[in-house]
Amino acid sequence: MRLHIHRWLGAGLAATLAVSLAACAGSDRGNESSGSSTAAAGSDASSAGSAAGGPSDPNGQIVFGAAGAPSMFDPMYATDGETFRVVRQMNEGLTGFKPGTADVEPALAKSWEKSSDGLTWTFTLQDGVKFHDGTPFDAAAVCYNLDRMYAQTGAGITQGQYWSDNMGGFKGQKDAKGKPVPSLYGSCKASDAGAAAITLTRVTSKFPALLGLPSFSMQSPTALKQYDANNVKAEGDSFIYPAYATDHPTGTGPFKFQAYDKANNTVTLVRNDDYWGEKAKSKTLIFKIIPDETARKQELEAGTIDGYDLPNPADWDGLKSSGFNLEIRPAFNILYLGFTLKNPDLQDLRVRQAIAYALNRPQLVSSQLPEGAVVASLFYPDTVTPYTQGVQAYDYNVQKAKDLLAAAGKSNLTLNFWWPTDVTRPYMPDPKSIFTAFKSDLQAAGITIKETSKPWNGGYLDGVEAQQADIFLLGWTGDYNTPDNFLGSFFSDTTNRFATSNVPWGTKLSGELQTADSTVDDTQRNALYDTINKELLADYLPGVPISSSSPALVLASNVQGMVASPLTDEKFAPVYKN
Amino acid sequence: MATTYTRARKQRIDALVSSGDEGSSLLQDAWTRLKGSPLFWVGAVIIGVFLVLAIIAPWIAPHDPGAQLLIGQTSRARNAIAPAQEGFPLGGDTQGRDLLSRLMVGARQTLLVGIFATLIGLIGGLILGLLAGAFGGWVDTLIMRIVDVMLSIPSLLLAISIGVLFSNPNLTSVIIAVGVPQIPVFARLLRGQLLAQRESDHVLAARALGVKQGTIVFRHMLPNSVSPVIVQATLVVATSILDAAALSYLGLGSQDVSQPEWGQMLGEAQGSIDSHPQLAFWPAGAIIIVVLGFTLLGESLREAIDPKNRR
Amino acid sequence: MLRYTVRRLLQLVLVLLVLSLLLFVWLRSLPGGPVTALLGERATPAKRAELTAVLGLDQPIFVQYFKFLARMLRGDFGQSTGVSAGTPALDVFFTRFGATIELAVGAMIFGLVLGIPLGYMAAKRRAGALDNSLIVVSLVGIAVPVFFLAFLMKYLFAVKWGMLPPSGRQTPGIDATRVTGLFIVDGLITREWDASWDSVKHLILPWIALGTIPFAVIFRITRASVLEVQGEDFVRTAEAKGLTRTTIRNRHVLRNAMLPVITVTGLLSGLLLTGAVLTEKVFAYPGLGEALYIGFTKKDYPVVQVIILAAAAAFVIINTLVDLTYALVDPRIRAR
Repeated sequence: MRLHIHRWLGAGLAATLAVSLAACAGSDRGNESSGSSTAAAGSDASSAGSAAGGPSDPNGQIVFGAAGAPSMFDPMYATDGETFRVVRQMNEGLTGFKPGTADVEPALAKSWEKSSDGLTWTFTLQDGVKFHDGTPFDAAAVCYNLDRMYAQTGAGITQGQYWSDNMGGFKGQKDAKGKPVPSLYGSCKASDAGAAAITLTRVTSKFPALLGLPSFSMQSPTALKQYDANNVKAEGDSFIYPAYATDHPTGTGPFKFQAYDKANNTVTLVRNDDYWGEKAKSKTLIFKIIPDETARKQELEAGTIDGYDLPNPADWDGLKSSGFNLEIRPAFNILYLGFTLKNPDLQDLRVRQAIAYALNRPQLVSSQLPEGAVVASLFYPDTVTPYTQGVQAYDYNVQKAKDLLAAAGKSNLTLNFWWPTDVTRPYMPDPKSIFTAFKSDLQAAGITIKETSKPWNGGYLDGVEAQQADIFLLGWTGDYNTPDNFLGSFFSDTTNRFATSNVPWGTKLSGELQTADSTVDDTQRNALYDTINKELLADYLPGVPISSSSPALVLASNVQGMVASPLTDEKFAPVYKN
Repeated sequence: MATTYTRARKQRIDALVSSGDEGSSLLQDAWTRLKGSPLFWVGAVIIGVFLVLAIIAPWIAPHDPGAQLLIGQTSRARNAIAPAQEGFPLGGDTQGRDLLSRLMVGARQTLLVGIFATLIGLIGGLILGLLAGAFGGWVDTLIMRIVDVMLSIPSLLLAISIGVLFSNPNLTSVIIAVGVPQIPVFARLLRGQLLAQRESDHVLAARALGVKQGTIVFRHMLPNSVSPVIVQATLVVATSILDAAALSYLGLGSQDVSQPEWGQMLGEAQGSIDSHPQLAFWPAGAIIIVVLGFTLLGESLREAIDPKNRR
Repeated sequence: MLRYTVRRLLQLVLVLLVLSLLLFVWLRSLPGGPVTALLGERATPAKRAELTAVLGLDQPIFVQYFKFLARMLRGDFGQSTGVSAGTPALDVFFTRFGATIELAVGAMIFGLVLGIPLGYMAAKRRAGALDNSLIVVSLVGIAVPVFFLAFLMKYLFAVKWGMLPPSGRQTPGIDATRVTGLFIVDGLITREWDASWDSVKHLILPWIALGTIPFAVIFRITRASVLEVQGEDFVRTAEAKGLTRTTIRNRHVLRNAMLPVITVTGLLSGLLLTGAVLTEKVFAYPGLGEALYIGFTKKDYPVVQVIILAAAAAFVIINTLVDLTYALVDPRIRAR
């Protein structure tokens, strides 16, 4: 009889291994309050009893499908939408935006005043606000935050994009030629604990709206100091973020940071029970990261997530008929066909106007763009004020296009048309169909089209910026409600992708935009923008505005309380499930 | 009388010789086995139909595969496509083109992708394998380490990065992207074959007789290595078609809409699979059948050629 | 024996060095890059130049490579920029490694559990209806594009019939304790059975989808190898001796037929990683395959480099182990 020793040895070894592993690992559950399992009547009985808009269970959980992982949690260094979505729930700024609109409303500041010269803004702060770590929010904290943003150095400067784009330079920053980079920010004074005065270096229309951007959120000075928040390092070809940004973000918002589980790709936030305003209606907010769009849709259909952002327009009807809530946001973006004015053919205004007449924009909008999209007549959507009426229109007219080309002597025009693959943007859900439609429109006007398609981050953006295209498709989603956010971003700097430095009016346009932005009086400023818009469409035409689209948000039918925002500034605090 | 007897006897002997087991050649043996294998016939018929379709498709396709004839009934944003109707038995696709014509003409492009990608792998592998197998020594080690490195990078990634290098992804870039990762496969195969051959009797005999190295390689070793390479090539055609489809799924396939290809059609249809499943099922079905055909052919060839099956 | 092993290990180091250089240069020659990924539409030439300078991407490529090599020798493979921004790339690798191991091992087991017995049965009834139909089934398994199969299964079982979860690794909010990074194992050793079972539910569909690849290969290899061994003289001798069919099968045929299966296991690791890229994308499963795909599209070089180098090292190590096992098992090679 064989003893089969090797079999016994093997079994014994396996058993020992299993026992020892089991001994050294115990369950960590039950140490923290379990929030997700069946909840009895919560201690917060008041919210359970609140009238029409109240959840039956105050300890509910919302799971939202995110398209990508947040890069870290310090809003100052954030640049992408997915990071903003998460940090917006935990942070607030001095101003905010009325839910569902791009209009400014008070947030951490209950009111403000500007001085007669327009340079100093005094903000009166809310009372009784505390940061998540318990430290008080006061004027000293406001000034600490702003000074901290201004004093960024090295890698922090390159990561502080929204500061660069809006305020300009940082403390002591010099450009390539050694000249100091001008900054809008002057100083901040905390005259008393309840009021902070911010002084700018010149007048701007960006204030106070820009303080509502998540990048300008107020964070706890104690935590910022304790966890070394400014210690961003560039190493190799990536950045290392400090402990503050990765593990200890501390704001004032209705949700607090709990954990970022990288193994399971989820970010968990919990309700801030000491919030100064109306407390969040759900206890736990989980962002589940699902990079594939179809997978997000299927998770919603299977019921494992409660909603996600930017559903493919082709799916809208299907989702609606399956009973989901499709929240369509008011359009706050613009899609345009840009001209690279380096090309001498395009420097003739008649050629550009011919192209504008050749494009059948209404048909594109009705057949290829989602419901709610409109043809654009300006370089920004109609949700931005002032929306100038009576600018030159370019109604679809192929014959006119041909005539203009003939008059310019360019009937045999050839253009290199660039379009991006492998991307959807809120203003451009399907670049390929837009390209195909325009290509045939332009060919019908006698223009020969050479096409170049590259992945969005595989040469498209680089090439367009390096002015390698002749005509290209691009757009912009607005940050806040001023024309400057659109037109300034496009045309202020003459080394822009339209190459406006190659035409005589390039510098003039840049100067006009600067002047308009620096005008103190609102009426005067609006008049200046009206003039600029008229010139842009009639005399300059650096591109053809195409459309504004309404990106949407989709939620399960039992999710209540969500208000869709044109700025993608959706707050989850009022959201709960029935 | 002696002549008749001799002639009759001679005829009888001839008859015996020609009817019996006179030691048929390897190829004849293989053919006999193949003829009896149902898998071979299924595979051969599928490939045959596919080849014929690929050749005559442009003439028998009812419409131009690139023409957006049904665009009026199509709306990308509203997710409407043209249904099956008179003259368009399978309906339209998301850009208003006739699905049936695209399927038929797609056979040609798909076949081209499969064949040319395999050729790239074959020729590249041939060069590397020959160098390694024929010379041996440090040349062999160097080449085999290069091959190892190429094999260790997942072929799809190699394909993706090659695909990304092209500014205008089209069928040529797909062919190169899918073909290059096949080079190490053939190189290794060929080298193995050549190594085995080197020690075999007929090569030793040739060398002893003083035949030149080059002649030995090309006239003696290569022809005997051919059969496994043929088998592998048929299988590689199949996997090339699949890899091209995978590239399209990942968004790196051909963007050229006028030349349809089944993998490209499948990749485009992924997004609308629950509303318009036919857009995905038709090209998927076509790919599956053709890949199956090539694989059946390859497998039955492999069985038939294997000399161990002589028993 | 020892010399052989040492030689192979040295070759491994050389291969990895060369591979790391090739990868480094090649990735950075691709259009696009982390600068574009970070800036997007907000890019301006000034910002781009600034960011490029800060990241050191404007220096000559060999300078960049040597800096990278110096850091690599210290164990620092850089920070992820796209997959999990700000996390060390090596951490990203280890976190996701557990996920892909659970997926790949399960798929491999699926392939072995189905492939070996079916291969054996097909070989026993060679050229019969069973054999032919099994061959076709396994070949159809390869012929169906893996992403299509994965998609179909997900659509049917997860969305339409709601039997299994459609994607991810574990239901959020389940509050599981993490010990090894392998969710199933973690649940077992901390006695959180629901966490383990939840992870298994998430893996059933990916296992089957990815498992068709090793199944097809193992089935065919087993069948071919059993056929070959069956014809050998020693089997005929065993039959003549009057041994039972089970004994012959277990003690003689299978043991000898398994050698090629072992060899092919090494090759399969490469195929599995390729299949994992597609499967993980369809199932939004946070493993190495998904990281590779996201890394490639978001130009997250550090993560892509780490994963490919690790895959290469694993491939070479596995194949060296396979060769060693062969040498141990096959006395003819040992004698050399």
